Amino acid sequence: MSGVTPASWGRLPRTLAQVHPWHWSSNPPPWGTEPVLAYGLGRSYGDSCLNDGGVLVPTRSLDHLVAFDAATGELTCEAGVTLDEILQFAVPRGWFLPVVPGTKYVTVGGAIANDIHGKNHHRAGTFGRHVQWLELARSDGRRLHCSETKDEALFHATLGGMGLTGFIAQASIRLRPITSSAMEVVSRRFENLAGFFEIAGEADRDFEYTVAWVDCLARGKKLGRGIFLAGNHATTSGTGELRGHRLPRARWPFDLPEFALNRWSVKIFNELYYHKQWSAEKHGQIHYDPFFFPLDSIRDWNRLYGKRGFFQYQSVVPIRDGQAATAAMLERISHSGQASFLAVLKLFGDPVSPGIMSFPRPGITLALDFPNRGEATARLFEDLDAIVREAGGALYPAKDARMRGEDFRRFYPQWEAFSRQMDPGCSSSFWRRVMA
Amino acid sequence: MISHTHATFNPMPYLEPQGLLIFGGTSAIAQAVARLAAARGDKIFLVGRDLEKLAIVARDLEARSGRTVGVTSADFLSADSVEAVLGQAGKFLGRIDVVLIAHGMMIDPTVPAPSWAQIEECLRVNFLSPVLIAEAAARVFSRQGGGTLAIIGSVAGDRGRRTILHYGAAKGGLERYAQGLRGRLRDTGVRVVLIKPGMVDTPMTAHLRKGLLFAQPETVARRILKSFTSGPETVYTPWIWCIIMGIIKVIPESIFKKLTI
Repeated sequence: MSGVTPASWGRLPRTLAQVHPWHWSSNPPPWGTEPVLAYGLGRSYGDSCLNDGGVLVPTRSLDHLVAFDAATGELTCEAGVTLDEILQFAVPRGWFLPVVPGTKYVTVGGAIANDIHGKNHHRAGTFGRHVQWLELARSDGRRLHCSETKDEALFHATLGGMGLTGFIAQASIRLRPITSSAMEVVSRRFENLAGFFEIAGEADRDFEYTVAWVDCLARGKKLGRGIFLAGNHATTSGTGELRGHRLPRARWPFDLPEFALNRWSVKIFNELYYHKQWSAEKHGQIHYDPFFFPLDSIRDWNRLYGKRGFFQYQSVVPIRDGQAATAAMLERISHSGQASFLAVLKLFGDPVSPGIMSFPRPGITLALDFPNRGEATARLFEDLDAIVREAGGALYPAKDARMRGEDFRRFYPQWEAFSRQMDPGCSSSFWRRVMA
Repeated sequence: MISHTHATFNPMPYLEPQGLLIFGGTSAIAQAVARLAAARGDKIFLVGRDLEKLAIVARDLEARSGRTVGVTSADFLSADSVEAVLGQAGKFLGRIDVVLIAHGMMIDPTVPAPSWAQIEECLRVNFLSPVLIAEAAARVFSRQGGGTLAIIGSVAGDRGRRTILHYGAAKGGLERYAQGLRGRLRDTGVRVVLIKPGMVDTPMTAHLRKGLLFAQPETVARRILKSFTSGPETVYTPWIWCIIMGIIKVIPESIFKKLTI
C-alpha cells in the first residue's frame, strides 16, 4: 500500500515490505497470507523490527490509555502508546515508569517485545517484570489475556518475544511513585576498567540507577576509562516539583558524510567528554529527561552515521570471568579504531528476567555503536563474538543485524521452547536470519 | 528543518471549562483536540458511527481527565438523528459551547476511476452531512444566544484540483456555506470557524509519503482549540498553508488546469 518501508534505527539492512497499519484495537490486526510483524517506532537497531518481503504493521494508532488507577499506579494502555507519552501523563501525577531504556521514543509493545532494561536493572530487573498482564491477538482470531497465572506460557514467551507470538493489543503496567521529577545525580571519573568495577559494586548498593560511559579509544593503562553516572529520584526537594519533559528542539538535518566520524574526530570528542568533568566527582540535581534520555534531545541523531547506517553491538558476559572478557573486548575495539563515542558499560543485577527469550542476565553488559565500514566492521564483530562465546555470554537481538544463527541458538538455547509459542502468522527478518 | 517546540503538557490557559460536542470523534484530529480539551478540564461528548471505536477514545479521555465522557452513535445524514444527538449532548454537557464537525473521508486515490457510489458517499460525508449538523447546531446556538461552530474544512477546498476532485469540491462548498452562515448568524454571538488543515499525518493520509510539510495532529489540534474562543474565523493550520494556498489561488486557470498537483 505504501512505497516506503520503514527502517530500523541503525538504518540497515535496507528491506522492502508492504505496510498495513493496524488502526483500531477493536478490529483484528491485518493478518494476511504473508507473514506480518508489528512495527512501533522502529528503535530496534537491526532487523528484529523489520520484515523483508512480508508485511509490516505500524501500531502507533493504538495510542489510547485504557485505565489508570491513581491509588496504585496501575496503568493500562494500548501497545502503540510511547514511553514518552506515558511519562508526560504520569510524571505530573507523581508516577514514573518502572524501567526506561536510553530513549523514551519506544512503544509499550516494543518495550515488552524486547523485554527492555534500563539503568536500574540491578534493582528493578526488566520491563517485563512490571507488566501485570497483556492482551495478545493471535492469527487464529483469539484474543488472549495473558499473565503470570493465565496463559502463562504465552505470557513468558511474549515478554522478550520480539513480536513473534502475535500482536500485543494492550498491557497493564505497574508504575512507581515519585515525589519529584528531578534526579539526584553523582558522576565520577574512573581511570581504567578496574576503576569501573571498584565504583560499580558500591554504587549499585546506594543508587537506583547506574551506568557508565567508556572511552573506547583509550588504550594501555587508560583502557576502559570513563565516567560513572549514578542517580536516585529526588525526594521532595523543597518544591517537590513534578514537571513533564519538553519536546526536543533540535533535529539532525542531514546524513553526515562517511569520513566525518573517524578515529581522530571521535578521539577528540572522547577526550573532551572525559575531561569535561574537571573534578573526579560531581554532585547535582537534574531533570529526569537529560539524565535518562540525553540523546533524545536531538531527533534523528542516527543520521550522524551517514547513509550506510551503523551497528550497535550489545553483549553481556557473566561476572565470573567477565572482567577479563570485557577487557579483551575493549582491547580489540580500541585497536580497531572503529568505535564511536557511544559506549555504555553496566552491571546487570540478579533480578530474574521474566521472558523466555529475555536478553538481560546477571553479568557485565557493554553496548556501543559502530559506523558501518563493511568488511573491517564485520571482522571486528567476528572477534568480539568469539570473546562473548568463550565467556558464556550473549548478544541482544534488539541491537543486532548480523549475529550468526548458530551463535543465536547458543546464546538462547531456549529458542526451541520459544518457537512452539510463536504465532504462525508472524515472522521477522531477524528470525529468518538466525534460523537459516 | 521543522521542529515542534511546544511542550506537550500544560495546555494553554483559558477561561472556564467548555462543553464540547464532537462529530467524528474517532478521527485523528478530533482525538487530538479532545485530549487537549480534556486536559484543560472541558466536558466532552463524542459522536461517531462506530460505538466500539468511540468507547476506546472515550476511555482514553476518561483515564486522562478523570471525568466521564459522553458517547453516542448517529446517522450523520439524517436530520432527525442529528437533532436527537444535540438534545442528548445538551443534557450531558449542560450547555453546548462548541460543536466541532470533524468527520471526513477521501476516495482511495489509487483507484483510477471512482464509482458513482464512491463519489456520492464522498459528497455526502464531506458536504451534505456537515451542513445538516451545522444547521441543527446553529439553531441551538441561536436559542441559547452564543456558541462556536467549528468545521474542519481543508486546504483542498481552496482550489479545484484533479487529484482530489470530489473531496476538494465538497470542502470548497463547505467554505461557501460557512461564509453564508456567518452572515446569517452575525448578530447572535455565534462564531462560525472554518479550519483548513494542510497535510496531517493521520490514517486518512496513511497512503502518502510523509514529507516536511506534514503536520502532526497535535499541532493542528492546538490551533483548533485556540480558534474556539478567539482569532480569525478562517484558520489555516499550520500557518504556512496560508501562504502556500495564497500562491496556488493566484495561478491563472489556463496554467493551473495543466498542473497535476
